[in-house]
Amino acid sequence: MSAAVHAGSQTFDCRMAFAEELIALARADERIVAVCNDSVGSSNLVGFATEFPDRLINVGIAEQDMVGVGAGLALSGYIPFVCAAAPFLTGRALEQIKADVAYSQAPVVLCGMSPGMAYGELGPTHHSIEDLSWLRAIAGLGIVVPADPAETRSAVRWAATSATPVFLRVGRFKVPAVTGERSFTFGTASCLHDGTDVTVVAAGTMVSRALQAAKEAAAEGVSVRVLNMSTIAPLDEQAIRQAMRDTRAIVTAEEATTTGGLGAAVAAVVVAERAPVPMRMLGVHREFAPTGNTAFLLEHFGLTAADIRAAAVELARTDD
Amino acid sequence: MLAADPRTAADWRRFRQQFADAGPERRREMLWERANQSRTTDLHMIGRAGLGHVGGDLSVLDILTTLFFAVLRVDPEKPDWPDRDRLVLSKGHTAGALYATLAAAGFFPAAELDTFAGPHSALNGHPNRVKVPGVETNTGPLGHGLPVSVGMAVAGRLAASSRHVYVVLGDGELQEGSNWEAAMTAGNRRLSNLTAVIDRNRLQQGARTEDTNGLDPLDDKFRAFGWDVLEVGGHDHLALLDAFTAPRGERPTCVIANTIKGKGVSFMEDRVEWHHKVPNAEQISAATAELAG
Repeated sequence: MSAAVHAGSQTFDCRMAFAEELIALARADERIVAVCNDSVGSSNLVGFATEFPDRLINVGIAEQDMVGVGAGLALSGYIPFVCAAAPFLTGRALEQIKADVAYSQAPVVLCGMSPGMAYGELGPTHHSIEDLSWLRAIAGLGIVVPADPAETRSAVRWAATSATPVFLRVGRFKVPAVTGERSFTFGTASCLHDGTDVTVVAAGTMVSRALQAAKEAAAEGVSVRVLNMSTIAPLDEQAIRQAMRDTRAIVTAEEATTTGGLGAAVAAVVVAERAPVPMRMLGVHREFAPTGNTAFLLEHFGLTAADIRAAAVELARTDD
Repeated sequence: MLAADPRTAADWRRFRQQFADAGPERRREMLWERANQSRTTDLHMIGRAGLGHVGGDLSVLDILTTLFFAVLRVDPEKPDWPDRDRLVLSKGHTAGALYATLAAAGFFPAAELDTFAGPHSALNGHPNRVKVPGVETNTGPLGHGLPVSVGMAVAGRLAASSRHVYVVLGDGELQEGSNWEAAMTAGNRRLSNLTAVIDRNRLQQGARTEDTNGLDPLDDKFRAFGWDVLEVGGHDHLALLDAFTAPRGERPTCVIANTIKGKGVSFMEDRVEWHHKVPNAEQISAATAELAG
C-alpha cells in the first residue's frame, strides 16, 4: 500500500487541466474533436476553438442534438469530446446517451462540466447530483470522476484511447492536488492513505476531504484507509472486497445522490458477501439543495472532512 | 455480427450494373419487382414473429429499395468501408423492411430473416449496428436518427470525403423536438452531403398526423430551417432516384416522399390499424398474391 498523500493548500479548477490536455491531444491527433452546446466558455474550450476552429462543433443550446452529433462523429472514426454542463448533458440527453452512445457502442467521451453542486447558488436546476445514479444504470458506459487536475489530465488521455464510451466528470469546484504522480487507471481504485479500522471510499471533490478526515481520525486513534474511487463504473469490486477483509467498516462519500451513485455501487458489492461490513453512505439523499454556495451546500449535506471523520470514527467504535 | 452472403452480394452487384445499363422502363420494373419481393419477405417475417410494424414497412420499402439497389455507394461485403455512403433508418420500428432489404443485397444470409425477433436473434425488433452489418446506428426511440446523421455528415466534411449521408425518417417522428435541433444545425452548417427522406404516409400509431399534432406545411418548415426541399411520390422509384441523386446545392436536402402506409396490400393501405397489427396466414397469402400480380 502507498504512503499517505496529504492535500496541499493550493486548490485548482479541474477544467483548466482538462482544456490544456484536450488541446495537447488535438495537436497530436486530428481525430480529436469537441462538440458543445454553446458552452465554449464554461467548458473552457476557448483555446481549443482558437486553435482548431473547424474541429469545434458548437450546435448551440441543443443537448439532444449535441450528443447525437457526437455519436455520429464517433461512428465515423472521430474521437469526440462532447462537453456541456453536467446537469444538461445528462438530464436533457439521457436517451441519446443510452441509445446513440452506449447501446450503439459509439466511443464518445461525454464530458460533464461543473458537476455536483459546483453551480451552488444557481440552484438544483443547475446541480448535477443525479448523474451518477442515472448513468450507472446504463450498460457499457464507463463513469469516471477524477479527484484533481493531475488525475483529470490522465483520465482525458485515457479517454481519448477508449474503444468504449465514457462519461467524465470535470470538476469546477476547486480541489487540492491529491493524486501525486499516480496515473489514472480505468476501473481501478487507488489507495491514497492506508488504514486498518475503516475504509473511506471517495470520489471527486470528496477525496481531499477524506484524506483530511483520515488525518483527523488518526488523532482519535482510528486508522482510516482512503480509496480514491475515480472509476464509478465499472466499479473496482476487488478493492472493496479487500477493504472488507482489511478493515471493519466502509464509509462512502460523493457529491451526488446516494440512491444510485458510488455509495449504492459499493453497497451492492458489500451485501453480496457472506459477511457484510457496516456502511455509511454520505451524499445527497432525496433532497433538493437550499440556496447557498458550493462550500455551504457540501456542509449542509454533511460532506465535510469533519462529517467523514465522524462517520468513520462512529463506525469504528460501534464495531468495537 | 452477422457476415455477408457473397453469392447474394454478387447478385446485388449484377443488379446494380444491369440497372445502370437499363432504360427508364426497365429500371422502373426492376425496382418495382425488387421492392415487392421484399414486401412479401417482410410479411412472412412478421407472420412468423407474430410482431412487427407492417404498415410502415410497406410504406418505406420503395425508398429503401431505391437507395440500396440504385443509389448508395456501399459494399455488402465491406460494411465498414470508411468512405461508404451512410443510410440511417431513423424510423427504427420498420426494422423488418431494412432487414429484408439488407438480406436481399447480401449484407447477411436471407436465412437469418427466419429468426426475426426470436430469442437471441441478431434481428431485434429495432436495428442494432453491433449485430447487423449495414446498420449504421441503433435506432428505435424516435427523433434519434437525424442528429446522429448530422454528426456523420460533419465527419464527412472534416474528412473531405465525398460520401453522402441519407437518413430516412417517419413523418410522425418529426413531432420529436430533437429533429428540429438537428435540422437547425444541418441548415446552419450547410451540410449539402446530407439528405433526409421523410416517409410521409400521414399516419402515426393512433391516428392521422394532421389530426394529432399537424406537420404541414412540412416543406416550408424545412426550407425555413435552411434546407432544399424536394417533394416526390414515395412509390415512384424513378422520381425517388432523381431526388436522391440530383446535384446538390449548398444546403442539406429534404426529400418529402409522399407514401401510403401499407402500400401494395389493398386491405392495409392507408388504414391506421395496420400500424403494427399482425396479419394472419390467410391475410398473408392474400397479400402475397396481390404483390405477385
